[in-house]
Amino acid sequence: MSVKKRKKDLNFFEKIYIVEIAKGMMLTLRNMFRPKFTMEYPEVKFEPPSSYRGRPVLVQEKNNVERCVACGLCSRVCPALAIEVQANETELEKERYPEKFEINMLRCIFCGFCEEVCPEEAIVMSKDYELVFSNRNDAIYGKDKLLVQVEQLSDRLDYLRKFKQ
Amino acid sequence: MPIFIVDGHQVEFKPGQTIIEASRNAGISIPHFCWHPKLSISGNCRICLVEVEKMPKLVIACSTYASEGMVVHTKSEKTIDARNAVMEFILINHPLDCPICDEAGECKLQEYAYSHGKGESRFEEIKNRKEKRVQLGPHIKFDGERCISCSRCIRFSDEIAHANQLTFRNRGDKVTVTTFPGELFDNPYTLNTVDICPVGALTNNDFRFKSRVWEMSSTDSICIGCSRGCNTEMWVRNNEILRLTPRKNDEVNSAWMCDNGRLNTFKFVNAENRIDGTYLRFNGFLKKAELSSAINFTAKKIKEFKSNEIAFIGSAYATCEDNFVLAKFAKSLGVQNIDFPKHIALGDCDDILIMEDKTPNSFGAELVGVKPINNGNSFESIITNIESGKIKALYIIDEDIASISDKYEKNLTKLDLLVVHSSNENKTTALADVVFPSSTYAEKNGTFVNFNGRIQRIKPAVTTEEMDRALDGMNMSRWDKFGTKFDRWMQGRRVDAKSSWNILSMLSLHLNGKMKYDMAEEVFADIASSIEEFKGLDYDMVGSKGINLKIKESIKVK
Ligand code: SF4
Ligand code: SF4
Ligand code: SF4
Ligand code: SF4
Ligand code: FES
Repeated sequence: MSVKKRKKDLNFFEKIYIVEIAKGMMLTLRNMFRPKFTMEYPEVKFEPPSSYRGRPVLVQEKNNVERCVACGLCSRVCPALAIEVQANETELEKERYPEKFEINMLRCIFCGFCEEVCPEEAIVMSKDYELVFSNRNDAIYGKDKLLVQVEQLSDRLDYLRKFKQ
Repeated sequence: MPIFIVDGHQVEFKPGQTIIEASRNAGISIPHFCWHPKLSISGNCRICLVEVEKMPKLVIACSTYASEGMVVHTKSEKTIDARNAVMEFILINHPLDCPICDEAGECKLQEYAYSHGKGESRFEEIKNRKEKRVQLGPHIKFDGERCISCSRCIRFSDEIAHANQLTFRNRGDKVTVTTFPGELFDNPYTLNTVDICPVGALTNNDFRFKSRVWEMSSTDSICIGCSRGCNTEMWVRNNEILRLTPRKNDEVNSAWMCDNGRLNTFKFVNAENRIDGTYLRFNGFLKKAELSSAINFTAKKIKEFKSNEIAFIGSAYATCEDNFVLAKFAKSLGVQNIDFPKHIALGDCDDILIMEDKTPNSFGAELVGVKPINNGNSFESIITNIESGKIKALYIIDEDIASISDKYEKNLTKLDLLVVHSSNENKTTALADVVFPSSTYAEKNGTFVNFNGRIQRIKPAVTTEEMDRALDGMNMSRWDKFGTKFDRWMQGRRVDAKSSWNILSMLSLHLNGKMKYDMAEEVFADIASSIEEFKGLDYDMVGSKGINLKIKESIKVK
């Protein structure tokens, strides 16, 4: 076997490495005095800005009625086919409500299309990024997990009013 | 034929045709709300305004006759301006209800608003409020605000259903549809108005809010409510039929169907009491069994009887294919007792669509051979012979004999062997020794022959356990295309059932090997080669709208 000629031969200082090691140590030292970005999750939690797209949730009004009228547009627009809506009739003025509303969090890709298409501002992207489940069925969130009181979503709703035409 | 010019194309017309009709035949569609090809001309919505050269003003295409040399512009600036103005005018009082409106997705107003609307409103005043959710009749809810006063529903009731029950009340922007005082909108054809209403003002109670239209697949089918055999579309989501709508066929049902047919001919398909798998009687109780063991058992049992101790009952609810194979099976055993019961409701008919014979295929069952052979017994005498003990084994497909009368039910208990093909549990299956699960008309390929001798096709719209929507070439919704077995919206029930011809041919393989079919097409090919009236036909020739059989006059008298 012939010895391959290296493309770039190291010079003497580089060969003894000491200078390079010192350079590396300097970098470490400098960073030790810089502000920290890491968070000690889960003791410390990240509070996302209002533009953040966490898991989609349904807005529940103060009288505990969901805004959703089960029009099915979110379900139609969802590129991942994550949403299933079953409508039914209600005596309330809105006539229609979602008897069943399920989002399959294993399918959802957090694109926010559902929020964008909704004519009632009834589904919005929350700040919740903690999704844990140990089997496929638990990953399908029903109304019990999806409904969130409107006050808790005011950040996002304000953001949408400001930036969505 | 005379010719006139539409948008630069030469269009032929028959004298007396309107611009809209003649253009439509030539494939040029002019927007319309109030005009309907099967109803009289009303000319009230004005969306069909078109420009005609040498006429001082725009004219409405739905009530202006085409004439030789006329030059029509349906896309000129003037026409489009007028159309936009009409749309704006109609939308003034129309609520922004699409998200909660069942019509969304198949709404003319929505379509035209998209193609001709401005996308914004100059109307700043408060919209008119009118009555919503008015129950007009047993099946229909009316929303006054959505109505665009096209009068289609009123004209339909008058002209097609011959039941003058609807009218306009008030004037101007207050106008609304209502029934006459003390009247209900309850003629046998009311639900057709839901189909022809160009907006979502009339909704079907039975289907209301069940599904958005774009979530379902639709498959051409035939109504089994009576021997008219109205052409229908079957709308399915998650393997469940949600509604039926009529399909246009001028030879059979024009564009209509009756409310009874629409509402009461599909629910058994998804009913709780569907028979799912084969059942055999053990120690007096029906227990689930393997299909093969039930076939073995039945084949062994049948051999124990003499041919004149056996009788076969076909069904006018079953397809020609099922009945043909049954008749052939009976013949192969030398059995002459074969017939099917009639289901006639005397007097329950009209001169519109509804027929007295409440089955879709009496004519077909008879043609393919389900009738007593030589000196064999007819249906009535089969029953009396069971009573007297002469007939000891009975093989029934798709008929609930025990429910016809108590006497029949009592007679069936005297049998030594009762084999039943059935889709749902009923009084007859409760008495049976063997119950084979038969698939319903929504789950199989086949043909029916209507009262008039017109053969028409049914296709599977719902899958059974052994079928696969994609592999079997069935129509698919978007959900069907992309769903997996882990999605809840794909987990609709699929029963373990088979077409009767399929079960019978398996049985025949065990008994004498006289028949072997793998597909409905093969059965039909056999029918076409052995039965005079069906000569030369195949499924493609029957097509989606059916074809008239060549019936000898002697048997046509009904
Ligand atoms: S788009 Fe909005 S209103 Fe419509 S079903 Fe989805 S959440 Fe409900
Ligand atoms: S965020 Fe996107 S993927 Fe997730 S449910 Fe909404 S539309 Fe579907
Ligand atoms: S209810 Fe429908 S069909 Fe009847 S007038 Fe109103 S818009 Fe026309
Ligand atoms: S007229 Fe007969 S075939 Fe037509 S829809 Fe009614 S029941 Fe069905
Ligand atoms: S369609 Fe011609 S006026 Fe309505």
